[in-house]
Amino acid sequence: MGIRIGDPSFETRVQEGIENDFMLNSVASAQGRFRGRRGVATEELGNWEDWRSLGEEIRSHTLENIDYYLQQLSDNVSKRGGHVFFAATADEANEYIKEVVKRKNGKKVVKSKSMVTEEIGLNKALEEAGSEVIETDLGEWILQLDGDVPSHIVTPALHLNRDQIKETFANKRGYDKSNTPEELGLFAREELRKDFLTADIGITGCNFAVAESGAVTFVTNEGNARLATTLPDTQISVMGLERIVPTWEELDVLVSLLTRSAVGQKLTSYITGITGTRLAGEIDGPEEFHLVIVDNGRSEILGTEFQSALHCIRCAACINVCPVYRHIGGHAYGSIYPGPIGAVLTPLLDGYENHKELPHASTLCAACTDVCPVKIPLHEQLIRHREIMVEKNMAPTAEKIAMNGFVKWSTHPAAYKLSSKLARTALKPWTKDENITNGPGPLKNWTAQRDFPAPSQQTFRSWFKERQKGEKSK
Amino acid sequence: MTIQNRESFLDNLANTLGRPRRKTGVERPKWSLSPQWEVYDGLSQDELVDVLEQQCKVIHTNFKRTNFDGLSEMLKSAIKGHDGNKVLAANDRRNKEYGLEVIFDDLKQEGVDVRLWDSAIGTENQVFAEQADIGITFSEITLAESGTITLFNDKDNGRSISLLPRVHVVIIPKSTLVPRMTQAVKQIHEANKRGREVSSCVSFISGPSNSADIEMNLIVGVHGPIEATYIVVDDK
Repeated sequence: MGIRIGDPSFETRVQEGIENDFMLNSVASAQGRFRGRRGVATEELGNWEDWRSLGEEIRSHTLENIDYYLQQLSDNVSKRGGHVFFAATADEANEYIKEVVKRKNGKKVVKSKSMVTEEIGLNKALEEAGSEVIETDLGEWILQLDGDVPSHIVTPALHLNRDQIKETFANKRGYDKSNTPEELGLFAREELRKDFLTADIGITGCNFAVAESGAVTFVTNEGNARLATTLPDTQISVMGLERIVPTWEELDVLVSLLTRSAVGQKLTSYITGITGTRLAGEIDGPEEFHLVIVDNGRSEILGTEFQSALHCIRCAACINVCPVYRHIGGHAYGSIYPGPIGAVLTPLLDGYENHKELPHASTLCAACTDVCPVKIPLHEQLIRHREIMVEKNMAPTAEKIAMNGFVKWSTHPAAYKLSSKLARTALKPWTKDENITNGPGPLKNWTAQRDFPAPSQQTFRSWFKERQKGEKSK
Repeated sequence: MTIQNRESFLDNLANTLGRPRRKTGVERPKWSLSPQWEVYDGLSQDELVDVLEQQCKVIHTNFKRTNFDGLSEMLKSAIKGHDGNKVLAANDRRNKEYGLEVIFDDLKQEGVDVRLWDSAIGTENQVFAEQADIGITFSEITLAESGTITLFNDKDNGRSISLLPRVHVVIIPKSTLVPRMTQAVKQIHEANKRGREVSSCVSFISGPSNSADIEMNLIVGVHGPIEATYIVVDDK
């Protein structure tokens, strides 16, 4: 699959989003709950800003010395019996993992939720190689059964409601019970337990690797990542190159920032640190362990003004407060990374060409920047994207025409004066009670959603002239 | 074990950062802030137990407290309360000290199938764990703030015990309580620095498994245990 999802046209995707009432209701209520929980969890600490500053400081230092920490990590993983593969591209990562799976005769692969494996399109690669790949995170499993793609980086099936999920279970797995989340969850437990017990390979992502000891850690609630790293004999963990902390002490800070920002939990049910292979005498855990460290465009962000985008710890707090995400849903972004961080990161990883609209899918209200636990200046980076696209002459055509027109018009006083006078008359046919409800031409997109105020009876210039007269006469 | 493509990969990172490769000499700085150390700073062990008890309500975990003499009754009633017919316990050094060996013998007399993790019998441990109603472990470090118990899994304390059975029962010596994760990771970090190898699996566990993947509604009990009971034991 890779980073791109859905119809290639941004407008088509947005249209699909704003017409999907089911999805928008789910998103709105989820955003409300996420915000409430996050608010409580961050305020109760009383010094959340200190936590954020510390998070930023740790991430900056780590990224500035990323080559050092990755070297330390790989040395330590190797010492503990693990293999480390550095993959410059998605293809290199997929090829390596396919080779391991083939060599181990891995017919059945259980996976825990991992955005980086979505990004590199790993499932497709493994299926082409003849393996059965089973997503075991509840949300991801629902999507896999449905042939759907994630719309949120923490709760990937956020856009679906219980009736749709029940329908999917019934059609694909013969489910015949109710639509209550408890029964749906229990069904997933029973179905997937069989797969865990018979899987040859477990594949996971990695929330943070710990350089000082070579641990990979998983921050989860369901327990599927634990099962995937306990039962199969071979474990493959895949991480973006930036997902690393110097020591266990920094792990504490970043995990605390992550769980509070993501879901308002003090910690999730499971924070699990796996180091290398199982030791002598141990029954659980893999006898063969592979860590795949993925670049796939990240190194090109290092050393640029966007470097802090790599500080992201994937909590989705920015997504959960974004008014644009609320009104178009995750799929409209056309990337597995939606919302503000997706709009910043996707063009960096996959180029501007296919994602020109994303930096504009923002109101620049800065709510994202305010909640980011590692202080990424998200809205400022969106503005920089816009500037760069204009500099590179890549801005959308309509914007270019409008901007050029505006420049000519507004720098000619006579034209400006005339048109501001004429505007009210010209728009009269569409005006009702001082509002335009069904505007022509460029106004159409606006008025399809909401009213546009009719131009005032009095222009600013004439108002100002009168005011000055009044001042003088005083 | 093998490390592939490292040099070219890391050279490239140094290159994009516009400086020579850093292979040695990077010191972790002293961070300018340390808010994590302020949480529940100065609380007594008993006050931390109160914090833990409150947090257990949030994480849907049964909280019980007893002393050394009361542990036997408390544990037996917890096992019965959870319909425990098959019970798997870690082969923990504290089983004897806390009287668990006697409790297990009593339970066996009553027909409960109680087994200890036995590295000699291989994957049979996992098979039994999967059928077991209850898995019993001891917490090494207990984080009051988040209601978290810590396991350093090894050959006598398999990862499956706290994972595959329907219910997880944890014995928490009061002396293991600390304010939060900060104190636990400091221990791990310092042991690692002294050259002691970190456990192949460090498990921080906070209550039963759960999910909010369906309409953000909380489901308690997904892939891991469906229920959890903590028993805090006052030290002798």
